[in-house]
Amino acid sequence: MHPAFSVVFFTTATGAGYGLLALLGVLGGLGFIPADFWLGLIGMGLALGLIAAGLLSSAGHLGRPERAWRAFSQWRSSWLSREGVASVATFIPAGLFGLGWVFFGRTGWVTVAGLLAAIGAVVTVCTTGMIYASLKPIAQWHSRYTLPGYLIFSVMTGSVLLNSLLQAFAIGSNPVVAAALLLTLLGWGWKLATWRYNDRLEIATTANTATGLAGGTVRSLEWPHTEENYLLKEMGFRIARKHAAKLRGITQALAFALPALFLLAVLFALPWPLVAVLSVLAAIVQFAGILVERWLFFAEAKHTVTLYYGR
Amino acid sequence: MTCLPTHTDKKLGLVIDLDTCVGCQACVTACKEWNTGGHMAPLTDIDPYGGDVDGVWFNRVHSYEHTTEAGGRTVNFPRSCLHCETPACVTVCPTGASYKRASDGIVLIDESKCIGCKLCSWACPYGAREFDTDVGVMKKCTLCVDRIYNDNLAEEDRVPACVAACPTSARHFGDLGDPASAVSQLVASRGGVDLMPEMGYKPTNKYLPPRAHTERAASVAAPRLEAVKAEGGFLGWVDRMLSN
Repeated sequence: MHPAFSVVFFTTATGAGYGLLALLGVLGGLGFIPADFWLGLIGMGLALGLIAAGLLSSAGHLGRPERAWRAFSQWRSSWLSREGVASVATFIPAGLFGLGWVFFGRTGWVTVAGLLAAIGAVVTVCTTGMIYASLKPIAQWHSRYTLPGYLIFSVMTGSVLLNSLLQAFAIGSNPVVAAALLLTLLGWGWKLATWRYNDRLEIATTANTATGLAGGTVRSLEWPHTEENYLLKEMGFRIARKHAAKLRGITQALAFALPALFLLAVLFALPWPLVAVLSVLAAIVQFAGILVERWLFFAEAKHTVTLYYGR
Repeated sequence: MTCLPTHTDKKLGLVIDLDTCVGCQACVTACKEWNTGGHMAPLTDIDPYGGDVDGVWFNRVHSYEHTTEAGGRTVNFPRSCLHCETPACVTVCPTGASYKRASDGIVLIDESKCIGCKLCSWACPYGAREFDTDVGVMKKCTLCVDRIYNDNLAEEDRVPACVAACPTSARHFGDLGDPASAVSQLVASRGGVDLMPEMGYKPTNKYLPPRAHTERAASVAAPRLEAVKAEGGFLGWVDRMLSN
């Protein structure tokens, strides 16, 4: 599948944004994080900013973005529509929670709004994951690894972001660092398991079933066209497969290994501001790593239409 | 609404005979010609005379070499929308632009509602949908919905353009929901198959596999021609003398 940068950035940014929003909603709402004006403003600004930037980026992927409002209508059947509804609906409690936290301190309704925002964030990430997990023609996506992967990477990047935020305000705590570290290791393990599963996939759909020609071998003799068409450009993307091994290495280094090392160093009670610098660095490096991971997620996915072209 | 109808009155579709298709591309050309002025017009061409030509087509003919123990053969394979009974391209559509008609089962796109998110083309395992980068919307085979119900055409012309154009009668159009229809009978008699049945999309269009190789082929050698009458003249005399 062609990794359109707008979609790669969209899922990475909203994943991190919703992860951070969910954690702020729960931890901020229940009083584990102080109701500080600047912390609230920058934390909620970062979460909602990432989400908004991601959503705007995804709109840029559309052929007719001016009609994007129509995408809220088909939530009964379409995961993409459900994602649109959930993402916009989540802005309501998230906005109330942010305003409440920043301007009114913490009162009863702010806690409720925070918890509702967290639920909205989780639901939205689930709908994003289901868009991919529900696509049968792409075996690497239509697997039990896809939806948990989106949820794990969302809370992982969100927790590393939260830690960098708290460390920057010099109110970091070891439980948050440890949670971010463990989630990063969990994400690493999940990605390795996903790759292992995908590499051993035995796909029932072959050139034989695609053409209805039973038995023997079916070899593409001639394409219907001489140049690449939409199908090959969108679904027949092949560049990354050549570099898959290297890119998997880069993903592991940036998304998991380096952030884990930085967080481990932070755990060992280094002086401030070194812990803040390392924590922010971990978040930035991990974001870059997840961009590569998401790029590979597309590039390594093989659509059944490529069978018609002998690919 | 992108929810699927629970029942369609008819299941209009195509039956494509892989035994007789010669890969002449007449159906491809006829489809493009009709539809670039039809319901989903235009079928945009990008850089049509340049080195990087691209464009929207509803029908593409591939050629394959099918090799089995019985031998090898070339199979020409037209590929277009199969108007599935459970098409995920419709249910994934977030705007309601894609829909399946309850009356005849044809899968269509309402261009005015399409936002060009391309998700439907990802959901189709057959590559039936092609994005028009110029107009910014998705396009697909309409089963020539503007021909088959068109009162301005002579009755025999009320078939999809690809069917009308096929010189070898490799394409047949009809109601595959009616077991008594000519197309259903043809599918039954020739053992027509679904493409990628394991995907569970239940395609309406059926493909007739090439007939099996047979040992009963007619002898291609013609009997030797004999002279109508004996040759006369000097050469005739030489012939007679040497034949003795």
